[in-house]
Amino acid sequence: MSIFLNKDSKVIVQGITGGEGSKHTARMLAYGTNIVGGVNARKAGTTVTHTNKEGNEVELDVFGSVSEAVEKTGANVSIVFVPPAFTKDAVIEAIDAEVPLVVVITEGVPVQDSAEFWAHAKSKTDANGKQITRIIGPNCPGIISPEQSNVGITPGNITGKGKLGLVSKSGTLTYQMMYELRDLGFTTAIGIGGDPIIGTTHIDALEAFEADPETEGIVMIGEIGGDAEERAAEFIKANVTKPVVGYVAGFTAPEGKTMGHAGAIVSGSSGTAQAKKEALEAAGVKVGKTPSEAAQLMRELMAGK
Amino acid sequence: MDLFEYQARDLFEKHGVPVLQGIVASTPEEAKAAAEKIGGVTVVKAQVKVGGRGKAGGVKVAKTADEAFEYAQQILGMDIKGHTVNRVMIAQGADIAEEYYFSILLDRSNRTYLAMCSVEGGMDIETLAKERPEALAKVEVNPAKGLDAEKAQEIVEAAGFAADIKDQVAEVLVTLGEVFDKEDATLVEVNPLVKTGDGKILALDGKISLDDNADFRQKDHEALVDKSAENPLEAKAKENDLNYVKLDGEVGIIGNGAGLVMSTLDVVAYAGENHGNVKPANFLDIGGGASAEVMANGLDVILNDEQVKSVFVNVFGGITACDAVANGIVKALEILGDKATKPLVVRLDGNNVEEGRKILNDANHPLVHQADTMDSGADKAAELAHNA
Repeated sequence: MSIFLNKDSKVIVQGITGGEGSKHTARMLAYGTNIVGGVNARKAGTTVTHTNKEGNEVELDVFGSVSEAVEKTGANVSIVFVPPAFTKDAVIEAIDAEVPLVVVITEGVPVQDSAEFWAHAKSKTDANGKQITRIIGPNCPGIISPEQSNVGITPGNITGKGKLGLVSKSGTLTYQMMYELRDLGFTTAIGIGGDPIIGTTHIDALEAFEADPETEGIVMIGEIGGDAEERAAEFIKANVTKPVVGYVAGFTAPEGKTMGHAGAIVSGSSGTAQAKKEALEAAGVKVGKTPSEAAQLMRELMAGK
Repeated sequence: MDLFEYQARDLFEKHGVPVLQGIVASTPEEAKAAAEKIGGVTVVKAQVKVGGRGKAGGVKVAKTADEAFEYAQQILGMDIKGHTVNRVMIAQGADIAEEYYFSILLDRSNRTYLAMCSVEGGMDIETLAKERPEALAKVEVNPAKGLDAEKAQEIVEAAGFAADIKDQVAEVLVTLGEVFDKEDATLVEVNPLVKTGDGKILALDGKISLDDNADFRQKDHEALVDKSAENPLEAKAKENDLNYVKLDGEVGIIGNGAGLVMSTLDVVAYAGENHGNVKPANFLDIGGGASAEVMANGLDVILNDEQVKSVFVNVFGGITACDAVANGIVKALEILGDKATKPLVVRLDGNNVEEGRKILNDANHPLVHQADTMDSGADKAAELAHNA
């Protein structure tokens, strides 16, 4: 099993004709992701052609709207590659089309736009009061369930299917960890993004990994800024029975300097790596000092299984 | 980006928030002229992006323009918690009857906006929140709706404003909400918001933080950047669109991806503990697609940092595979030529790692050392910096 994404997921690409959208549509198809179409209002009615995993050419329809794409293809996942200025509208369009999973790759989205589309997503609930659309990102590498589906920009060949779940704020650091632990493999790895406001959180992923029978251990990667790791620690203490290994980046980050991600900033006494590490350890999480140490800790925990 | 008080005042004025006159000055002469223009009692206020300037002697009431000159002379050049005062604001004096507090900010944890308001303003808000939390009203503001008239009423009710002024305060809160919304702010704070002797509501001191991601639609914000405070290396990196932060250390760092670079800084700092306590010299993320040109620009910035004794290039080959990165490094060294003078430890991992390492081996550049892992690379770079 996997979480949020599997081989049956039907994916559309918002911004399929753009530079990034086009490049990654080709990569995702070659990986085996079931891409069923794309959206670009100005190029509605045209098609794009890429090669799939089996080496066959696939002609994908470009639709004028997300709702039309969903109606014609039965898509249940959308990946957003549109530029920052148009991201809010693109995500709101996907929410209004009731797409269950929207993965927002775009970097540099104004935080008020993220706050707005998140408020919109929260307001759209089903008959049971459950939020209809899950959002991953923005500013994230996406989600991959190895050997099933890859929705994002994660290099597909660094690891295979296995028994670990991974959730992380960072892109390349995630790849590093997946690569280090390729001997164990992964059910699903999710990059939730490093922006101040994001859709899916560490806690959402932890909850799903805990419930997934094939995930045996969970790797959680955090970084400075905010209090998401501290809150995740509380959640783990109360709700997670599977072994969790943590890693936090940014111990040497000075106060008041943004480290690449808009959300990665230590302000006053809050958001430090040390505070996050202590909170995780207090919740029984083994925290590695370096990525390789964290990988080793996970290997030791899995050795008895 | 955090703004100076005078910049916040200007943005308040632009959006109809009631403020008093305020003129920025960078010399005592300008301060005197400003005080003359405003007339009457003025306040000379140090412009620094740090709290506690009043206690440090950075705020003085001047009864005459000559006094304003004198105080400006004292305050300009003053050091307040490590910040040099380069400007003062000459503000019109106010007849304060009551002081309040208001802020609206991004609430990361709850993924929404939060308004905070108190009828007990003036003091440090963190102290108030800790000692008398019941005196600080906290009201969620829906990002899809913003701070409208209805929400402003809810806030003034929650804060417990007196019946005779609450509508007037609510009106001011709506204008502050507009500043937050229209300027793409992540924080708008007024402390104190005051009632004057004749019953007017005024924003006397303000703090604004702006979202850099919104710069593409906030063309006016570029003019608010304090270029004098920018580190020259950071300015140079910015020109080349590099994500660079200068730190105080000897090992230059280049990596791809913010998280991996942050992690590299940590690993180098740990390694430095065994090598004379050398530390990382910078944060530099060259992003996913590490082309030769970007690599050369990055190396150029780092090699211009006189403190740097060695450089650690830590790249995980993902979509841009290791062979492309290795070619980038080789070409970057060609481009730099004689300008490349410090030893480079390169650690490549991930896609096409064997090809990448072979390219570096074949190039056999005298400055380049290869490392198999992040940990061993950090150790080697720290050792080289220490022995340099």
